[in-house]
Amino acid sequence: MISIPSPNPPRAARPLFLSRVPAGFPSPADDYVECSLDLNEHLIAHREATFFVRVKGHSMTGAGIRDGDLLVVDRSLEAGDGDIVVAVVDGELTVKRLSRRGGTVRLLPEHPGCAPIEFKDGQELTVWGVVTSVIHRVR
Amino acid sequence: MSFALVDGNNFYVSCERVFDPKLEGRPVVVLSNNDGCVVARSAEVKALGVRMGVPWFQLRDLAKKHGIVAKSSNYSLYGDMSARMMAVLGRFSPDQEIYSIDECFLGMDGFERYDLAAYGQQIHTRIKQWLGLPVCVGFGATKTLAKLANHAAKKRAEFGGVCDLAALSAAAQDALFASIDVGEVWGVGYRGTSRLKALGIDNVRALRDADPKWLRREFSVVLERTVTELNGTPCIALEEEAPAKQQIMCSRAFGAYVYDLAGLEEAVATYVGRAAEKLRRQGSRAGAVQVYVRTNPFKADHPQYQRGLTMPLPEPADDTRLLARAALAGLRRLYKPGYAYQKAGVMLLDLSDAGHAQGALFATDRGNPALMRVMDRINACWGRGTLRLAAEGVHQGWRMRRGMMSPCYTTRWAELPVVR
Repeated sequence: MISIPSPNPPRAARPLFLSRVPAGFPSPADDYVECSLDLNEHLIAHREATFFVRVKGHSMTGAGIRDGDLLVVDRSLEAGDGDIVVAVVDGELTVKRLSRRGGTVRLLPEHPGCAPIEFKDGQELTVWGVVTSVIHRVR
Repeated sequence: MSFALVDGNNFYVSCERVFDPKLEGRPVVVLSNNDGCVVARSAEVKALGVRMGVPWFQLRDLAKKHGIVAKSSNYSLYGDMSARMMAVLGRFSPDQEIYSIDECFLGMDGFERYDLAAYGQQIHTRIKQWLGLPVCVGFGATKTLAKLANHAAKKRAEFGGVCDLAALSAAAQDALFASIDVGEVWGVGYRGTSRLKALGIDNVRALRDADPKWLRREFSVVLERTVTELNGTPCIALEEEAPAKQQIMCSRAFGAYVYDLAGLEEAVATYVGRAAEKLRRQGSRAGAVQVYVRTNPFKADHPQYQRGLTMPLPEPADDTRLLARAALAGLRRLYKPGYAYQKAGVMLLDLSDAGHAQGALFATDRGNPALMRVMDRINACWGRGTLRLAAEGVHQGWRMRRGMMSPCYTTRWAELPVVR
């Protein structure tokens, strides 16, 4: 049997407990191995409606979203006040915090020097999806 | 019985628009492989009178005048969005038949007591929100009627994208059917349409009310079945498992003209590789290989040549090397120097189940299934063409031109949509 290493292992599955194979006594923990963890399961609630997008720029650093980060966006969720959303503004996709208060709809950046985007009467906000996670690499 | 047909509106264009909202409201076309012809049109482009299949170069002036945006076809994107859409739709009914990349039938048995139009609106809203894609939904007592209802839902603004024929009064149904061209009926086809019209049957109502026995004599049992379906008696069942293909084709236009045999050989060997992979995936073997080449029919001033040749195999095979050997032998026989070749293709014919193949008495080479399995697995893991026949060439100068292709937004990490 030839085993072919894959460049993209399909699932990030790892056993929960690992023990060495002992020559003598079997590990008592082996009976407690339950399942393996899959990051997809942790990050994605609605597989078909979930998309990944890449962040460019610094307008949301205050919310812990930095240039180059990867966002998990779930389109199946209803966007509410306070959610971080991907929205369509002037034909471009943008990530901002949604504010729906006192009858006004605004997209708020979280970085000093970036101005909020306000939606006046008749202007419709198109929410593309709701951001559920930020994936930020540290090395 | 009752069926739904759900169909994506201008599916390829809609997929492009999800990730590039600037395209919303603008005239957009998607071009075939190699940026040849129009294969998808936005509503704005249809309104300009642009027909399906028009070569892009003929549209240049119109495109400039109206700002038509052209996109090369991005099948990785459309395929991924299609798979998502079909998975979501599959939850609206226990029975689903995926009919093409952008449409599927749903079995609606047991749903009759519900308000189907409202259910259709739910489907429409769900797909729009989850995937950003617009769809139309048609409901009917048969697959043919569901198709027709979908057509009405798509073309008539008053339906709001969802049409349930059973909810219409008999008079409203008559009026609707009388207003739809007979050529729109599923399965009638281009030739059937002109023959029916010659006999005075030019709309759907006339076809529905025609005598099925007479149609069977004049046309075929297929048309009789269509008419029975138009009258509400189901004859065509849902096919939940796609039947194995009866023939497998791979053909492309080249990125640049090819003049020499060596270039054609590389292309044909590559297409055989691709077709053979599909053949093995469905567990079939081919009894014959057809190969064809042609020059560019739109360049009337170039010398024209087009020919195909079918090469029978000594016994059915699924080994890329055996299929390529036959295809290349055929190619060498039909190749003529002195022409600017624009396209080549390969078709695998006479397919049979690999499990019940009949061996030939004197066959010498049966191929190497283990080698093919390894090749398919390596190519599945590491990308198409990682392991291939040397005959497929290294540089592949004839490869497709796809100058206006959007990123593979959903299938490649390096090409994700960017948000600011």
